[in-house]
Amino acid sequence: MDLQIALLLGQDGIVNGAIYALLALALVLVFAVTRVIFIPQGEFVAYGALTLAAFQAGKTPGTLWLLLGAGLLVALIDTVNAVRSGSLGRLKRIVLWDLVLPCAVAGLVLGLEPGKLPLAAQVALALAIVVPLGPLIYRLAFQPLAAAPVLVLLIVAVAVHLTLVGLGLLFFGAEGSRTTPFSEARFDLGMVTVNGQSLWVLGASAVLIVGLYLFFGRTLYGKALRATAINRVGARLMGISATMAGKLSFTLAAGIGALSGILIAPITTVYYDTGFLVGLKGFVGAIIGGLVSYPLAAAGAILVGLLEAFSSFWASAFKEVIVFTLIIPVLVWRSLTTHHVEEEE
Amino acid sequence: MSSILEIRDLCVSYGKVEALHHINLKVAAGQIVTVIGPNGAGKTTLLSAIMGLLPAKGEVEFQGEVQRDIEVEHLVAMGMTLVPEKRELFGEMSVEDNLLLGAFQRYRHGDRDEGKTMDQVFGTFPRLRERRAQLAGTLSGGERQMLAVGRALMAKPKLLMLDEPSLGLAPLIVREIFHIIADLRKTGVAILLVEQNARAALQIADYGYVLETGSLALEGDSRQLTDDPRIVETYLGLGGKKPSGAA
Repeated sequence: MDLQIALLLGQDGIVNGAIYALLALALVLVFAVTRVIFIPQGEFVAYGALTLAAFQAGKTPGTLWLLLGAGLLVALIDTVNAVRSGSLGRLKRIVLWDLVLPCAVAGLVLGLEPGKLPLAAQVALALAIVVPLGPLIYRLAFQPLAAAPVLVLLIVAVAVHLTLVGLGLLFFGAEGSRTTPFSEARFDLGMVTVNGQSLWVLGASAVLIVGLYLFFGRTLYGKALRATAINRVGARLMGISATMAGKLSFTLAAGIGALSGILIAPITTVYYDTGFLVGLKGFVGAIIGGLVSYPLAAAGAILVGLLEAFSSFWASAFKEVIVFTLIIPVLVWRSLTTHHVEEEE
Repeated sequence: MSSILEIRDLCVSYGKVEALHHINLKVAAGQIVTVIGPNGAGKTTLLSAIMGLLPAKGEVEFQGEVQRDIEVEHLVAMGMTLVPEKRELFGEMSVEDNLLLGAFQRYRHGDRDEGKTMDQVFGTFPRLRERRAQLAGTLSGGERQMLAVGRALMAKPKLLMLDEPSLGLAPLIVREIFHIIADLRKTGVAILLVEQNARAALQIADYGYVLETGSLALEGDSRQLTDDPRIVETYLGLGGKKPSGAA
């Protein structure tokens, strides 16, 4: 290996690591707030990328029907609940979020011919389809189980993952897709060439991470999510409902996932099941952060990206093995260095 | 006087065991009402049930409205707030953030006055102003109790429920806290105070209830209760010094 190859691999590793970092942050967020180990995180990556690809191929993405169907289902369930408990004041919100919003998105997608729109508008439409799936899935699969143990929530998460992968195959077929890059620019930096899309990935990831930092540090809703993660009872007593916190964290996770997919779609071919592996690598990063520390999770994810890039050079057949084996020493190290603290008082 | 909180026939069960039996209780607007009783009488259970943290049978009427299908968030938005026995602070967040989150429901409903309320809370608890940037988990026991009360006040409650505010605190700090609770009455907030420290509670309360093994055993004006020989003997620790007579 010479310096040039090392630089190339390093560049590759950091770009992939940036995506893993985003996913790792989403996983930590969802787990801290809802105690769900969010296995379906990767499906949002695939859905985001493939929805955009469908637009560019001039097709109507199947995720749109999923959005309409899930919205209708949630609206039905919530309406029955609202009527039963006599709180009809909730109906307005149900109709707005679960029926009007999905129908508005559908109207835009079907009316506009997204394939001919500028890329930014296509990205916005793809996000408008995929992101609302986050809170809808939370409502259908996890909200009724909010008090269940972590293991039950994990099993449900696996079920949701399998369902979404199956639906992905149905919607997008078995062939992979690529999308047009955000920029065709290339920059020569001495020995290596950096392409524009890589810079987009890095830039967008950095902006998102800073955005999340400001959201959690400066806004009341961000603080409310942190509060729920720190002390559930205390948060409820402040009127921060677990449902609201759950939906908000799933929305953020879906947004981060879909955007990651859209960012990588021009660099790698995305298949209906690509998300799982990408999500798992984010998960390894999150584990390095103990599923609690955001900065450690992000650093861990970058490490995963670099390790993957270099192992694909030295032992390409074993690159996944090497990355996932990393979990074992990390778990040993974590269990030796952290001591379990029981709930305070 | 109109009552802000009225509990009728409230029963709470843990599985098959009934922990509270047919409780009837009233808090009038602007009053301090205390529920005293020994450990395990069901005092915390009572507050948790009123707040909607535990399922209960019976009727809870808050501000003239019977609460069906009680939801904590809804009650908080209506102006009920509970300072729980364990404080339940956000330990890894600053004192200031803890206070801000106390105003979450108000903020959600478009009320952006939290800065002013925080100044009032700092006025009541100057110690919190000094510690505003410190993490809540690093505060002393007394300061944590102050923060818990301050955080509850950020919601501008109409009814403030306090669960054993004296628990685990040094006598001097207990006095300070009770002083502040008595002062809060002037702001117009009604207070439901649950305490094992019967003497301190009856000193500041207008009306008192005695809870024993899940049932209300006695009730009356707090002065009347202070003189009641049964109370004196069991809770005030002056058994025999007062003549026993009419109950």
